[in-house]
Amino acid sequence: MATANKDQIQERLTEVLEGFGADREAITREADWESLDVDSLDLVELAQIVEEEYGVEMKEEHMKEMKTVGDAVDFVAERTES
Amino acid sequence: MKQRVAITGIGAVTPLGVGADTLIDRWTAGESGIEEGLGRCSDFDAKELLSIKEVRRADRFTQLSLVACNEALAQAGWGEEPPVDPGRVGCIMGTGIGGMGTIETQLDLLRERGAEAVSPLAVPLMMANAASGVVAMRHGLKGPSYGTVSACAAGAHALGTAFRMVQYGDVQACVAGGAEAGITSLAQAAFAGMGATSPSGESRPFDARRDGFILGEAAAGLVLETEEGAQERGAEVLGWVTGYGATADAHHLTAPEPSGEGASRAIELALADAEIGPEDIDWVNAHGTSTPLNDSSETEALKRSLGERAHELPVSSLKGSIGHTLGAAGAVEAASAVLGLGRGIAPPTVGWEERDEDCDLDYVPGEARTLEGNGRPLRAISNSFGFGGHNAVLVLEAS
Repeated sequence: MATANKDQIQERLTEVLEGFGADREAITREADWESLDVDSLDLVELAQIVEEEYGVEMKEEHMKEMKTVGDAVDFVAERTES
Repeated sequence: MKQRVAITGIGAVTPLGVGADTLIDRWTAGESGIEEGLGRCSDFDAKELLSIKEVRRADRFTQLSLVACNEALAQAGWGEEPPVDPGRVGCIMGTGIGGMGTIETQLDLLRERGAEAVSPLAVPLMMANAASGVVAMRHGLKGPSYGTVSACAAGAHALGTAFRMVQYGDVQACVAGGAEAGITSLAQAAFAGMGATSPSGESRPFDARRDGFILGEAAAGLVLETEEGAQERGAEVLGWVTGYGATADAHHLTAPEPSGEGASRAIELALADAEIGPEDIDWVNAHGTSTPLNDSSETEALKRSLGERAHELPVSSLKGSIGHTLGAAGAVEAASAVLGLGRGIAPPTVGWEERDEDCDLDYVPGEARTLEGNGRPLRAISNSFGFGGHNAVLVLEAS
């Protein structure tokens, strides 16, 4: 399991979301999924990447609570702090 | 009451290039898009033509479909939304296999890294109905939408089904066609293993030396509308679909019935459906795969169904130029037939040089032939036959 700070996590998630087709400029902590055109299929893929790279399991019930990029970054950060 | 069915848009991505005009220009010039024994769409760059999301959310056969259908709909003058009630617009796309590339990639991941590595997008990418679903979603088409699956006749069945839906008023318009992106390691091995593809790497439909087909990839989409609807919109009519016939050989899993009985019945049904006889057609856009069995049995079927007229007609196969694009073939060939009729020409069967005693018709060697309509609109039949014994024939008419 990698330890990473929030900036690093945000940078990595930004890369992933950009790969999904979101506009890099629009990917801020406050940006919500809808504004980035990130849908449920993207979130399942995001969860797969997060689990593989950070060892953090992101389940459906977690994703329901996550509305913004910042929520996802915080979720991963909280679970990778040693 | 039956409606007359107009073609108002044609789009294609083929080994001859991106675009319907490129297809007919290069085929007419007798050029070939086959390289190193394969008919790849080498000029096609999905990332240039589609959004990042569209590329990520689509197997190659769906990417090809989107670009072909975008072209067809732009030509038909449709904007972001259909110009008619979206619930009255269908979308039918045929494919032989579907997302073969996705299946292979994901199977590799499964075996190398386990179940958790398989992409959540695997199913929506691989499913054979993805092309019709994605095209419908992209253009807001909310009428009947599904895929047709009948191997190398799938594109023709899609167009035939769409023709019927428009003809009988189930829908006012339908976007229909076919797509295939089956140049993958498994498909290549499988077709070679059954002896279907050419060991010499040459596509020579109806030639004495033919030894199998060249695997190709492509997509074509056509916009079919009622004559009334097209007129009301002031749309340019590029041609007409006037007849459709479909039968089964019920003979063998892969081999065509040698006498061409099933195929000839499909031709007869299509002509009867168009209310015309053999003397009323001017060109045969053949299935002509370059396999020993298809080309002789198709020749038999033409003679059986058209009688003496078979010997008077130019019979050309696009597969000499692009190879066999499987589920796309029927749609790409129907598109090429409408475009050829529009220009009054029958392009040549590229690769044909040596006469075979079992294939004794006029296969348009060398150069494109001018078609003479004798005062009436030019007409062609487009033949498609698939493994499983599926036969589908369309009658097309110049505008």
